[in-house]
Amino acid sequence: MLPELGQVALILALLVAALQAVLPLVGAHRGIDAWMRVARPAAFVQLVLVASAFAILTHAFVTQDFSLRYVATNSNSLLPMVYRFTAVWGAHEGSLLLWALILALWTGAVALFSKALPQPVVARVLGVMGIVAVGFLAFLIFTSNPFGRLLPAAVEGRDLNPLLQDPGMIIHPPMLYLGYVGFCVPFAFAIAALLDGRIDARWLRWVRPWTNVAWGFLTIGIALGSWWAYYELGWGGWWFWDPVENASFMPWLAGTALLHSQAVTEKRGSFRGWTLLLAIAAFSLSLLGTFLVRSGVLTSVHAFAADPTRGLFVLVFLGIVIGGSLLLYALRSPDDDDNSRFATASRETLLLANNLLLASACAMVLLGTLYPLLADALDLGKISVGPPYFALLFTLLMAPLVLLLPFGPLTRWQREQPSRPIAMLVPWAGLALGIGIAAFFLAPQGAWKVAAGVVGATWVLLGTLRFLWTRLKNSGSRFTPEMIGMTLAHFGLAVFLVGALLTEGLSRQRELALAPGQSVTLGAHAFRFEGVQRHVGPNYVADTGTVQVSRDGVALGTMHPEKRSYASGGQVMTEAAIAPGITRDLYVALGEPLGGGSWAVRVHVKPFVRWIWMGAVLMALGGFVTATDRRFRRREAAQ
Amino acid sequence: MRWLPLAMFAALAVLLAAGVWLSRRPDRDVLPSTLIGKPAPTFSLPVLHEPGRLVSLADLKGAPFVLNVWGSWCPTCREEHPVLTRFAETKRVRVIGLDWKDDPADAQRWLEQFGNPYWMVLTDQDGGTVIDFGVAAAPETFLVDGNGIVRWKKAGAMTDATIRDELLPALVQLERGR
Repeated sequence: MLPELGQVALILALLVAALQAVLPLVGAHRGIDAWMRVARPAAFVQLVLVASAFAILTHAFVTQDFSLRYVATNSNSLLPMVYRFTAVWGAHEGSLLLWALILALWTGAVALFSKALPQPVVARVLGVMGIVAVGFLAFLIFTSNPFGRLLPAAVEGRDLNPLLQDPGMIIHPPMLYLGYVGFCVPFAFAIAALLDGRIDARWLRWVRPWTNVAWGFLTIGIALGSWWAYYELGWGGWWFWDPVENASFMPWLAGTALLHSQAVTEKRGSFRGWTLLLAIAAFSLSLLGTFLVRSGVLTSVHAFAADPTRGLFVLVFLGIVIGGSLLLYALRSPDDDDNSRFATASRETLLLANNLLLASACAMVLLGTLYPLLADALDLGKISVGPPYFALLFTLLMAPLVLLLPFGPLTRWQREQPSRPIAMLVPWAGLALGIGIAAFFLAPQGAWKVAAGVVGATWVLLGTLRFLWTRLKNSGSRFTPEMIGMTLAHFGLAVFLVGALLTEGLSRQRELALAPGQSVTLGAHAFRFEGVQRHVGPNYVADTGTVQVSRDGVALGTMHPEKRSYASGGQVMTEAAIAPGITRDLYVALGEPLGGGSWAVRVHVKPFVRWIWMGAVLMALGGFVTATDRRFRRREAAQ
Repeated sequence: MRWLPLAMFAALAVLLAAGVWLSRRPDRDVLPSTLIGKPAPTFSLPVLHEPGRLVSLADLKGAPFVLNVWGSWCPTCREEHPVLTRFAETKRVRVIGLDWKDDPADAQRWLEQFGNPYWMVLTDQDGGTVIDFGVAAAPETFLVDGNGIVRWKKAGAMTDATIRDELLPALVQLERGR
């Protein structure tokens, strides 16, 4: 009975979303106040309905209702309780429901926190979000119903994919979707502005905090995904340029460009058309990512099952939303920047460079992700574009970004004497270079990567500190949350650079056969294999290895890598053992049994790998702190 | 200039539509094996009918052979069985079975019931060798030349046409090349 109620809730939510899409938009166009007033209550009702449907599906998982096809496919009576909650979004239908729920949450949040906005703006923004909700709810109901019954009911469920039975999966998808879907808010504001024809500083003050918060969540979501891949996939890598990863990374790149361009437009009035376009692009890329992951157009290691009908549906939806907004952009976008000239040497130019570099990186990732499809469509054969393409081009595009970054905050708007910021930064550039050269000669291996990482990170760190010092020296200038947020995010980039490049340069790994009692050494670390024992988990049987680790003869502890065989499908999962540390991670994974008690064992020493995610957390924190700036919440007197 | 984003998206949409259309093709995910033209993974596996005896890749080198991955649990292998039997009876080349993740008793019963087309059957109970060969599902068939180089492979059941149009020409080609 309950699942049918969930189904009804979804259908009602679709109807309410349609109402929320049509009435306020028409009302705002014609100036009918009563129609515009529908937007807020509709948003709240839709939230309640979608949340009920979600709660009902969760209930079905918790109570193991195997008469639901979706539950029977993605759960199992042995599944531990916590994973019954996360199994809700473990496959296509449920994760789409999560998407719809998070969209409803953002819509509700906009409805709640938009008291200071003029009625037509609220109506248009919520109306546009309503259109998106209609698309997703219809997709859910017509092609991916999570409440479909299985008659007769299954006696036992097939189980949740073991890869997803992991703590990281509890929060990774919600965070990622909060970011993905959050870009719907700046998108809706951009469409509202295009419809309204007024894009001014006020508009940007409304939208900037939303962009920053969405971006912060997306940053955390991507970082969690990377962290999960690192410890769960058992390969010791942290980024694979896989289509699904790229799908989340493209909106991030566009969103990062958007954050910066919104700041310029708010403060100087420049880049108005570009800011609108980026707002459209960031959300369009989120939708495109959803399409790529779900349609089966691209094959990927962690893609959902392919289904051409779904692909066609999303494609049509994509055509309407993206095509429609770009058409609107072509027709209505403002003529840019006649009133806000800036000299070549100015902060505007630097932010323009930032935007161009990020947009190029985004285009590069898009091209690389779609190239195999293009080749296939043109019958050029099956090609996969690998990490070498992405890594090389991405590095080439990001190096100038890192180089220019410290200049940004120190350069004046509109016109600047180039010698001034250069003079401020030259000593620090010299210092960074010096430390880099030292690192180059001290690094035992991967000297170029290590030196690049050290120079880049030190340069960004010192340059940002130089900016802080300038602000402190000029007494009277306070630190706004916006400034603190920017500083945090830039520090985050420095920390990330250390993590990414030093890990790449200094990581060492060995894979070899070890009999019990044998050891392997990696640099100063020695790993002694003590053998493997079998133990039984809640829904799996595991071969648990015991490895004693020591450094220069001093014992550091015991590590227990596992190989689990899940009861339901016989799928074998590698659970690597990781000894985390600030300056290095030790990583041990079990390979295949080789007979006679000996096993293939893979050991890694990964210096500074944790800094990758710490950097991402700092960046996200920067986004959140910026959003709290009181300037964004100033009530507008005139309406 | 302002129409450029829309034009770019239109091109992208065409590509994606082509992608959706392509994804309807059943053979879409058939990737050419990375093993073709490379040495076969080395192995050393017990013989099904003589459990004590181990046969390695080196033992089989010297003449080409066909390696057919199967299992008694695999319905498609049952379908492929008559095709393989007809081919094996021609004695054109050694056909070696690789019994995958199977109970030896089940495998033997299966062969007794349906007939044993194989010159020799090796068993891979933990599936390690089969994974080295990059096999995702049974049946899968490899043609390996006398030097141990993989020359051809087929994922899924072979038909008489597969053997006539693909396997035999590949075999002729490698024999000429020698």
